[in-house]
Amino acid sequence: MLPLDLDALTGCLASSACLVTQTTSGFIIGMLLFLVAVGLTLIFGVLKVVNFSHGAFYMFGAYFAMTAYQVTGSFALAMLCGAAGTALLGLIFERVFMSRVYGSDVLMQLLVCYAFVLIFDDVVRMIWGPEFKSMGMPAAFQVAPLFIAGGVVPPYYLLLIGVALVAAVILGLGLARTRIGKVIRAAAHNPGMVSALGINTGLIYGGVFALGGMLAGLAGALAAPVRSLTPGMGFSVLIESFIVTVIGGMGSILGALIGAILIGMIRSFGSLGFPLFTEGLMYLFMVIVLVSRPTGLFGKEVA
Amino acid sequence: MTRTRKPGVSRRATLAMMSAGAVTFATPWVARAQAKTIKIGMPTILSGRVAQLGTSSRNAVMLEIEKVNAAGGLAGRQIEMVIRDSKGQPQEAARVARELVNTDGCEILIDAEASSGAFAVHEVARDLGVLCIHTNSETSALTADPKQHIPNAFRTARQGVHDSIVGGSYAAAIAKAKGLKKWATCSPDYAYGRDTTGEYVTYLKRFAPDVEIISESWPKLFQPDYTEVVTKILQAKPQALYSCLWGGDLTSYIDQANIYALFSQMEVFAVNMADYTALTVVKNLPKGIHSGNRYIKTYPATPENAAWGDAYKAKYNEYPTNWSWENATAIMLLAEASKKANSADGKKIAEALRGLKIKSPFGADGTVTMRAEDQTLVGYAIGWGTTIPQEPYVPQVQAGDWKTIFELEAEWKKSKGYT
Repeated sequence: MLPLDLDALTGCLASSACLVTQTTSGFIIGMLLFLVAVGLTLIFGVLKVVNFSHGAFYMFGAYFAMTAYQVTGSFALAMLCGAAGTALLGLIFERVFMSRVYGSDVLMQLLVCYAFVLIFDDVVRMIWGPEFKSMGMPAAFQVAPLFIAGGVVPPYYLLLIGVALVAAVILGLGLARTRIGKVIRAAAHNPGMVSALGINTGLIYGGVFALGGMLAGLAGALAAPVRSLTPGMGFSVLIESFIVTVIGGMGSILGALIGAILIGMIRSFGSLGFPLFTEGLMYLFMVIVLVSRPTGLFGKEVA
Repeated sequence: MTRTRKPGVSRRATLAMMSAGAVTFATPWVARAQAKTIKIGMPTILSGRVAQLGTSSRNAVMLEIEKVNAAGGLAGRQIEMVIRDSKGQPQEAARVARELVNTDGCEILIDAEASSGAFAVHEVARDLGVLCIHTNSETSALTADPKQHIPNAFRTARQGVHDSIVGGSYAAAIAKAKGLKKWATCSPDYAYGRDTTGEYVTYLKRFAPDVEIISESWPKLFQPDYTEVVTKILQAKPQALYSCLWGGDLTSYIDQANIYALFSQMEVFAVNMADYTALTVVKNLPKGIHSGNRYIKTYPATPENAAWGDAYKAKYNEYPTNWSWENATAIMLLAEASKKANSADGKKIAEALRGLKIKSPFGADGTVTMRAEDQTLVGYAIGWGTTIPQEPYVPQVQAGDWKTIFELEAEWKKSKGYT
């Protein structure tokens, strides 16, 4: 089999059915990645730490959602539990552990985060067991897929994309327009000055970490009906989220959104045109971005 | 001043006496231990993503050891299992195997490693000459390749090429009956996925020559999202799909393909579907997926097999896996061979194992045989059927024909230059 299958790719671009199917599939991959990556980029922007344990929140979100769904049978409650549970976990994790290593060098922060990757995986193994689990699709979404312009679009994925987009809009507007958003941006810029003005920066840091954790948890909860749950499931998502933040620019929410959608489209159309090279294509794109714009597409120059 | 020997006991004599004492006191203990227990070492994977391989292997072994010990053990010696985690790394598997024999004094090895580790343990067995039974590696070359052959190593796992022959002929019959000519494949991108898919396609085309593979997908092992693979297959519009994804990857794939209604658009052949690890986890199992049997308590449909599956479930609160029956078979064969040889000695057991046929709940005709020529298990239950979403999951299994398997296996060996 050839590494390139350009016929398949051009054939797809010429057909509206294929275009719709592949574009939505790119959005699905992209929007879940966005939810994880935006927390990562937000935490980096404000707290200036690279949270390597971020994948664990995605994992916990999925497990919380599965348990809530099994107990209550309500999909909405499952999503809520996934998001709220990880927000709380993020807050505790930041206050008790991460807040101790803000001043330390990067290596120390990395070690603490990596330790918690292992600890969180083992906690999941102890509570839910080492074998993989599946949450199952709620009955409301066990329906035939929609056909839009001949393309196949599952209704559940429309919901998923919608929720992620709403989260993106709320987050963007919240940071740009509200008072809390202003304080967060100020804290990111000059934490010393913000705390001198009588604002509790510890609260802001904890809040931002909780928000980041919540978004990753929401991604995990949304993914739970379609992906199998295992200890360590956060890891592969984390790697792709890093690629997204590097492409979009560390600290930029718009960058995370665009980066995530680009990665989704590369996977979706790349698997048609470059079946043996889809994975590599993603990294290649990252290299090109890094060479031409070292701070990422929407990253700001470091002063 | 001249040195004179002081009266009393010299240092040398003291040492001699002490060691003699040590020997006197220690020897009977060693002798008693020899007479009483025999240690069997078992390297396997107990942590990480495929920990289920190790836990379900261990469970099955312990279930059988209990019975053997209750009946008097191996030639009167009680069996003590020493089970260690290799974490799925071949070099660690080799190290653990060596340590089990050299340090822990194990006289027999049950190698419950996946294929990667099994070849490493095989080399340790070759080096130490210890009796070794491979229980989980299904890679054909482990026993089919004469270069791998050693008199002290056996396999009680199924063999990849057997599965491919049975799967290929089953699929070809359906392909002919339903006119399925355009096929797609989707299998994990590593040795097992590539080899198994290759062999399966070979036999499918052999039995149904007008089959054509129009699309291939090779997702990464443990890939979380298959959406792009699912939609790619939908675009190619094949009439049938073959996959050897397994475990959590297979259940993810099914959940994701389900919402695209993929299963209503093509016939799906998933060799690893009919294993309780996947069957009991998938919440919305589609009807009519074709699968090979891995372990199900309803096939073979005998009271012995059902009883074995239920006993396992009663003890461990979950159903056995494919790995479970393969490991249980190792202990059953060991016990029978030891009885036949009237000895717990590895060499004598190995001699008795060659060609040994025993009654087994997992046999196609109620028996399984340790084939003498290549020391691998034959005659086990092997077949294909279609799924339903609730127990018994695969209500009817079409049995593979061992006569055909033997013929085609011999031909395959010749083509590989193994005979």
